[in-house]
Amino acid sequence: MAQVSLEGIRKVYPNGFQAVEATDFTIRDGEFVVLVGPSGCGKSTLLRMIAGLEDITEGTLKIGDRVVNDVDPADRDIAMVFQNYALYPHMTVRRNIGYGLKNRGTPASEIAAKVEDAARMLNLTDYLDRKPAQLSGGQRQRVAMGRAVVRDPALFLFDEPLSNLDAKLRNQMRIEIKALQRRLGTTAVYVTHDQVEAMTMADRIIVLNAGRIEQIGTPSEIYHNPASTFVASFMGAPPMNLIAAQVDRGQVRINGYDGIMPAPTSANGPVTLGIRPEDIELDGQGSVPFQVDILEELGAHRLLHGQLAGQPFTVLINKDHAAQMGENRITLKPEALRLFDTETGRTL
Amino acid sequence: MADTTLETPAVAHRPRKIRWHAIGDHLVLILGSLLMILPPLLALTTASHDAVTIHREGLQLTLGDDLGKNFHAAMFEKGGFTQTVDGTLMLMNSLILGIGFAVGKIVISMMAAYAIVYFRLRFATLAFWVIFTTLLLPLEVRILPSYEAIQKLGLTNTYTGLIVPLIASATGTFFFRQFFMSVPEELAEAARIDGAGPWKFFIDILVPLSRTMIAAIFIIMFVFGWNQYLWPTLITTDESFFTLVRGIKQIVLSYTDGQIPEHGQALALAIVAMIPPVAIVIFFQNWFVKGLTESDK
Ligand SMILES: Nc1ncnc2c1ncn2[C@@H]1O[C@H](COP(=O)(O)OP(=O)(O)OP(=O)(O)O)[C@@H](O)[C@H]1O
Ligand SMILES: [Mg+2]
Repeated sequence: MAQVSLEGIRKVYPNGFQAVEATDFTIRDGEFVVLVGPSGCGKSTLLRMIAGLEDITEGTLKIGDRVVNDVDPADRDIAMVFQNYALYPHMTVRRNIGYGLKNRGTPASEIAAKVEDAARMLNLTDYLDRKPAQLSGGQRQRVAMGRAVVRDPALFLFDEPLSNLDAKLRNQMRIEIKALQRRLGTTAVYVTHDQVEAMTMADRIIVLNAGRIEQIGTPSEIYHNPASTFVASFMGAPPMNLIAAQVDRGQVRINGYDGIMPAPTSANGPVTLGIRPEDIELDGQGSVPFQVDILEELGAHRLLHGQLAGQPFTVLINKDHAAQMGENRITLKPEALRLFDTETGRTL
Repeated sequence: MADTTLETPAVAHRPRKIRWHAIGDHLVLILGSLLMILPPLLALTTASHDAVTIHREGLQLTLGDDLGKNFHAAMFEKGGFTQTVDGTLMLMNSLILGIGFAVGKIVISMMAAYAIVYFRLRFATLAFWVIFTTLLLPLEVRILPSYEAIQKLGLTNTYTGLIVPLIASATGTFFFRQFFMSVPEELAEAARIDGAGPWKFFIDILVPLSRTMIAAIFIIMFVFGWNQYLWPTLITTDESFFTLVRGIKQIVLSYTDGQIPEHGQALALAIVAMIPPVAIVIFFQNWFVKGLTESDK
């Protein structure tokens, strides 16, 4: 069990590309932190620096109280689960799970017992003598998990461990991993580009964009109070609506529709207004007209895609609400409105 | 790789009809195999006759009575200039050369490829291409300097002198390099986190993963070593280092002594010389099939 702290960690690849800008954050003992962001934003790079698979260009990395910048991955007391699992193809599940222990000189009897334990925990007991090629994707995933838990490390590192599974299995494994981590109380850093995974698994989410941290916060904070338009549009499916608006004499106006809400700040001039699709209601008496172009049936919900004041806009309604194409009127929940700086995209 | 082998049976279940092109294919294959098998067969039948018959009438298509005698003489009768070498000794020498060759080449080229692929060497790519260009310098091109080096080292008439100068292998290094590069990088990283150092990773993971490659290269290199003629002729003058390939030549050469050469024995020896390479191919073929069907990587 350990706290992990990054102080000014930066990564510049040998070709001069800066993949991660100077970052500072601390992961608390036992916390499940998810690194999320679009492809190429530096998630894996950051994780691999923590693992020791990638040199740290600058900054200090501590696991527990120990500075580990120059410590070999094997001695960092970490375990990592890879996207492609990286199981040793020629070894049985038993040997795969026990390999790390064997290399550390653990007595054979102890290895056997620990492997059995891990296998029981992950429902792998029946597969211990199979080779990875004889397992399903989900089982392989579990073996990779087993290899991580068997050593009882201070820190778990996951690099998109579920992205090779189908949607249903992914949901199931998501819950299993989270439960396992809870039970073991091991600190975990989990990389994904799937915002649903991030929302459901994380104690705290770190949103990365182009090598920079956009926001750190609990899933609810990230969802309800995104720090920037980037976070607002990246987290949540469908994403938050972002439309151009003005602040004029303390009031927010959208292209001629006045008095939508009082502006929370003293800002004046153009702003970006954000609102989640579910915070909007169809309302015959509503103050804003909304032109519906496409109606998406999701079962429990309906998604209405269309235009508000000439800008793309989406509304999510419950299945028992009637909806029709064409002209509708809506009201925006005032407490759900968020304003962002048009230039920087940061919240106001 | 696995997929193709698994899917072929499906074809066989289609409704039967005469497929002329299949018959054509088989005809070509059968003719081809006959062509290939005829010379060894002729060697076998001819080897069953005595030297005089062979000398007078040439190759024989029927079986004679001297098969056992010729084989026995070829294997156990001391011959050569010093009358100390027999077939078994030559067989041993050939085996030592073939196996030493194959094993040496595999060990050296695997380690070279490992260094090139997995270590951040400054000039890894350059080193690889330098090794690769040695393909342009086969033994025949550098035979004089090689001989001189071995002779100065006092390694003539030793197994070391026979084997070591030939085990550097650009081909082997190239194949292993390509294979290692196809092994997912995460495997090395996982092993690193699992506490396997470079040596352990090599032995515990790379070597077992490469076993089909090793088998393939072993076959090629064994046969290559087995058939070496020029280098052993040059480097060993002591008859106790003679290989089968040289032994055959020796028997036929005795013609110059004014007697009839023991053609029967030479052919018997030739057949003996054919067996190990064939056996090795058959033995390792199993590994090939296994390696191909077990989708491992
Ligand atoms: N060895 C390298 N040399 C140079 N640039 C690299 C190297 N590895 C990665 N990069 C670059 O660094 C950036 C971050 O890469 P990284 O693998 O961390 O992305 P990621 O966030 O994990 O993306 P994904 O979700 O696609 O896995 C990318 O723009 C990538 O092109
Ligand atoms: Mg990645």
